[in-house]
Amino acid sequence: MATFNLKINGKEHQVDVDPSTPILWVLRDHLNLLGTKYGCGISQCGSCTIHIDGIATRSCLTPVSSIGNYNITTIEGLSENGDHPVQKAWLEHDVPQCGYCQAGQIMTAAALLDNNPNPSDEEIDNAMHLNICRCGTYVRIKQAIKTATKI
Amino acid sequence: MTQIKTHYNRRSFLKVSAAAGGGMLIGFSWLAGCKPASKPEEMVEVPNEWFEINGYIKIGDTGMVTIYSPNPEIGQNVKTSMPMIVAEELDVDWKNVVVEQAPLNTGFYQNQFAGGSLSIRLSWNALRMAGATGRRMLMEAAAKELSLNVADLTANNGVIKEKNGERSVTYGEIASKAVGIEVPEEVALKEISDFKIIGTSRKNVDGKKIVTGEPLFGMDLNRDGMQLAMIQHPPAFGMKVKSFNEEEIKRMPGVKDAFIVDTTIKEATWSDVNAFTQLIAIVGETTWQLMQAKKALKADWETVGQLEDSDLHLQRLEKALVNGEIEESRKDGDPDAAFKKAAKVIERTYSSPFMAHNTLEPMNFFANVTENSAELIGPTQTPEALEGSVSKLLNIPIENITVDMTRMGGGFGRRLYVHFGVEAAAISKKFGGPIKLIYTREDDMSQGTYRPAYRSKYKAGLDENNKLIAFSVRGAGLPEGPVFPNRFPAGAVENYLAEKIKAKTNISTGAWRAPRSHFTAGAEQAFLDEVAEIAGKDPIDFRLELFDRAINNPVGEKHEYEAERYAGVLKLVKEKANWGQDKPDVHRGVAAYFCHSTYVAEVFDIVLENGQPKVKKVWCGVDCGIVVNPDAAINMIQGGVIDGIGHAMYSELTFKNGAPDQMNFDKYQLIRHSQAPEEIEVFFVENEIAPTGLGEPGLPPAVGALANALFKATGKRHYHQPFTSNQPVVG
Repeated sequence: MATFNLKINGKEHQVDVDPSTPILWVLRDHLNLLGTKYGCGISQCGSCTIHIDGIATRSCLTPVSSIGNYNITTIEGLSENGDHPVQKAWLEHDVPQCGYCQAGQIMTAAALLDNNPNPSDEEIDNAMHLNICRCGTYVRIKQAIKTATKI
Repeated sequence: MTQIKTHYNRRSFLKVSAAAGGGMLIGFSWLAGCKPASKPEEMVEVPNEWFEINGYIKIGDTGMVTIYSPNPEIGQNVKTSMPMIVAEELDVDWKNVVVEQAPLNTGFYQNQFAGGSLSIRLSWNALRMAGATGRRMLMEAAAKELSLNVADLTANNGVIKEKNGERSVTYGEIASKAVGIEVPEEVALKEISDFKIIGTSRKNVDGKKIVTGEPLFGMDLNRDGMQLAMIQHPPAFGMKVKSFNEEEIKRMPGVKDAFIVDTTIKEATWSDVNAFTQLIAIVGETTWQLMQAKKALKADWETVGQLEDSDLHLQRLEKALVNGEIEESRKDGDPDAAFKKAAKVIERTYSSPFMAHNTLEPMNFFANVTENSAELIGPTQTPEALEGSVSKLLNIPIENITVDMTRMGGGFGRRLYVHFGVEAAAISKKFGGPIKLIYTREDDMSQGTYRPAYRSKYKAGLDENNKLIAFSVRGAGLPEGPVFPNRFPAGAVENYLAEKIKAKTNISTGAWRAPRSHFTAGAEQAFLDEVAEIAGKDPIDFRLELFDRAINNPVGEKHEYEAERYAGVLKLVKEKANWGQDKPDVHRGVAAYFCHSTYVAEVFDIVLENGQPKVKKVWCGVDCGIVVNPDAAINMIQGGVIDGIGHAMYSELTFKNGAPDQMNFDKYQLIRHSQAPEEIEVFFVENEIAPTGLGEPGLPPAVGALANALFKATGKRHYHQPFTSNQPVVG
């Protein structure tokens, strides 16, 4: 066990956990931030995507000990009132079916648009490649990402 | 207005009202009582007081309306569409409606399950009557208040007005007076042409919560004093746990207890399908600690059955096709004689491997079991079956068990089976406190209720004029054959034989989105495409000729489809896709299928990008009767198309020594963004037929249309799934 000071969504949090614990489980089990989802645990499905210093990162394979002073953003902290352009576009296109993967999809899309405000279809496909949607909302996700570029 | 018997009596409403009074209807810690989580600006004020009108409807003093959605939400969007139907007949402004998930209540609601694309179809009348009953009770209360007859009043958008005067009263103002009103035994339903909400697109009621990461799912449930639990099952089908290093595991950090649970249910029913009934359970504080404890497990397993592998599965299916036990069959005319005299006979074999459901939210359930009661909360498509199984296993009376349903991170049939809820209950009982059981992805994928492996042989006979005079299908499955003897082309071919054959396996299997139809549609529609090609006919015209026969002079006593509606969706998609107008470098395929009471035809356009086929665009023609929520209905069909492409192209579960070779998404391939079509357009047949379901029917024709378009693009026919595999792998 070790103590870690984490900067999450603009707030300081202190946790006392095994250093190997993935940040996913620190968020979910220790800090009750449940928006970040567990899907595979091996960085293949993208449900657990968070931003570490603005970079879309799979939290299920990122040990808490590797985070240091970096800022963490989760879906709960992406915007103050759920009004980030990507969130608004997601609602406009009524993207979700079951909804479980969508926090991860949104976090990956938001990081993409931060770096590339006008991505091509191919750039969207490449950026989103590691986010699985079992319900098959891919067509709407792409439309929503394009809409978000205009908001 | 249509007068209709309500089938309600005062007692049933009182029963549910009493339950609501006891707080049962609002059982979730994260539901903020009756207040919506985020109140849109234009909505009426949050009420100070709520009045229970009936088990579906509660009205607040400000006119805000709560509608309870009775069925489980697995992503098929019934949590929006079911309340829309109630709101329509109640006649309220949708913006003043908040929706809450109802708990299991067999005393009031019927058919509280999500499966077979049946939610809307089975509840259409009940939901309309619930709304109409509420409206009538409010109107009676208003009539009393205004000293008028109900006939002197109109109700519209939550306001009751006198027809010949100025006076009016809102639902919010009169709700308190409606509480004691006798439930009418007969109510008037709206004319379909008067619908204001049904048939208009309304956004997912949980949309904002989903995109902001609110805790909606079973995995997200948290309770004071709750521990987490994980299970370890034997490494292969045909194996059983004997013992494990219990003391060592119990000493690990965060571990509270470890033991073996037995979840064998006597007099098991279909929903009790379970790969393993003896499991190692570990209870502890955090997920990561439990994952470490699982890694440290050292168990003795014993082999109690055959350890099957994929070669054996293929042999069994091939043998079953030769001389297996026929479960169900149909014969019209004299197929043997017709095949003998046919000018051309075409015979093809199709196969598909086992597949996992892979809902992105793994199996999980919360249970708080005491000596004589059980509180169960989690993702289940069949809450009533779960209640029954827990009652049987733990000997707890049904009336002492409550089941609350969380939003589900996918279902696809996986959560029709209740074992993970039963396991949670058994672990909670043995541990002696509330626990939430969670599966890892590997647990989930390696002890599924898999889509069975299938193999079917299709045969067609054409006469010298290229008319289809004989058709036969023999289909075998591990364990159930993929044949629907009374479906198309039954009724459309003079000489017809269909045989459904079973074969044995100890791999646990179950319903998987559009059970059997997903495979049957792919095989049959690809086969008919090849037959049409050999007959020198356009594939749509070829099918329409067959439907003409079924319409004008059907063969045999009955068939399960309406040929006019079947032909209707093909004609619709033909028109919308401009079928017949060839575009350079675009390769087209078509398929149509009827299942779950809905008709869907699809046209696929494939292009070659860097020599690789890519689905560019898909057109869908759908006849599901009345479309309740059009944009959500389109979403469902689009999802079905993508799901169909993905599983036909990429997904398979193979076995070695009784264990699946694929246990996570590194080896089990699901379709990803770049592999989805660029565009999917969906068109609905407009009619006033009572609505049928959409969760499943969009998927099956996608498999056939994909295979047929791929042939046009590459010149290669695909007989064996996954299409990306060169080998005919089965299970």
